[in-house]
Amino acid sequence: MIFDDPTRSTGEWLRGEGPLADVVISSRVRLARNIAEFPFLTSASAGQKSEIFRAVADQVFACADDPQAELIDVKEADDLDRQVLVERHLISRQQADAEGSRGVTVWPDETLAIMINEEDHLRIQGLHSGLQLDELWSRLGALDDKLGARLEYAYDKKFGFLTACPTNVGTGIRVSVMLHLPALKLSQEIERVSRATKDLRLAVRGLHGEGTEAVGDLVQISNQTTLGKSEEEIIKSLGETVIPKIVEYERMARDELLKQHAEQIDDRIWRAYGVLSQARCIGTEETLTMLSHLRMGIHMGRFDLIDIPTLNELFLLTQPAHLQKMVGRLLEGRERAIARADYLRKRLSQ
Amino acid sequence: MDGLCQHCQQEKATVLVTDNFPEKRERHLCEECALREGVIFKQKENGQQILQQFIKASASIQKVSARTCPTCGMTLKEFQKRGLLGCPNDYDVFGDLLAPLIQRAHAGATHHVGKMPPGLDESARKRTSLRRLNRELQDAVEQEDYELAADVRDQIKELESA
Repeated sequence: MIFDDPTRSTGEWLRGEGPLADVVISSRVRLARNIAEFPFLTSASAGQKSEIFRAVADQVFACADDPQAELIDVKEADDLDRQVLVERHLISRQQADAEGSRGVTVWPDETLAIMINEEDHLRIQGLHSGLQLDELWSRLGALDDKLGARLEYAYDKKFGFLTACPTNVGTGIRVSVMLHLPALKLSQEIERVSRATKDLRLAVRGLHGEGTEAVGDLVQISNQTTLGKSEEEIIKSLGETVIPKIVEYERMARDELLKQHAEQIDDRIWRAYGVLSQARCIGTEETLTMLSHLRMGIHMGRFDLIDIPTLNELFLLTQPAHLQKMVGRLLEGRERAIARADYLRKRLSQ
Repeated sequence: MDGLCQHCQQEKATVLVTDNFPEKRERHLCEECALREGVIFKQKENGQQILQQFIKASASIQKVSARTCPTCGMTLKEFQKRGLLGCPNDYDVFGDLLAPLIQRAHAGATHHVGKMPPGLDESARKRTSLRRLNRELQDAVEQEDYELAADVRDQIKELESA
């Protein structure tokens, strides 16, 4: 389904709605679980991996609240399709590259996906636009209970849900929020984020989870510890304290920029539009940077030639694998840069 | 820093450890005792870094445990290499050795306080039992213990008809 027409992207997060959507791009919650009677993936044989895959996939199918939830066999998928899944945040790079039976069950609007046989037997993941951690948790928690009644989870009274890596033990929960912070970056106040998250055991990262350089002014904040606090406490400390505070900082910085430097801001936004709508050759990084300026422009009310859902679509479809899927064949770096520019020019002239 | 390690009283104390949980206190330890406690000698710590540091540091401790997990064969050395455990039973087998690492990685937490898994429903319990019995049957046949095999086969039949 996903691979039939990746241009018909249905991911809910693309709508860019939800609370605090002017700064919060998306919220994610994931739970790590393993089945008691099998070893972790680290020590599982190929035969065991197949057994685990079958057992889990069957129960996920039985518990899914949507009959259209689709199981994708990542082992059988080709490299390009795997990359499409990574770009959509449906599987991790690790799962794309791993060996053995593995897959992901995806809900039609991509708000829910269950990775099977990544680092743990199951990774139940939810993704929503805006700050919607409570709704995500309630949905994930219910699904987790349903699955837990049918699959015996590896669980210990002391250490909680047992995971392959001790850094995930306990709740096995990872809560992340993706923020767009162009004003803090521009005003060179991005340090406020470090200060707001200091000593709270939070991980602060750039776009694809590696490096600290905020590409496209996107910053991801997630919990680092999973043991010793309840799931609700972890979600609350992120969702009710830290994130709203940072959102406030960004909004204030945006207001200040408009008050003091309106012409420079407009110039930045409209130059970005100029590049995207006229370039003949453009790389991913530059595209993300330009899109970031437009995103800021739209939320600041200084640009309205495209709306947020369209912007998000551009964001997704200009990524390497999606681009090649659209064009219909594999492309080398230079060809991709040209194809990307062609696509952007076409979309922006509509 | 003068004096002997406050923990083992044998080696010279060379590391000053400041604990903030459960309350603030300072201790003078030797390098080996500090390492055993999961202390890392770096400024910024996050889960993955702590894990890697622990693994690298522990490798230098002389008396590395020769303990092996009976279920998956995992050893501490193997865990140090991969940073990942082999099976749920490892938390039992290596619990005492993992505890300081886990405590350090999770800001002093030692116990899970979140949700528990729900009870297994009837059909799940049956499925799990059947899988276990089938494995027992396979083992019995492999070992040519046909009397045991017949016994297990009966148990399977009984469970399936229940």
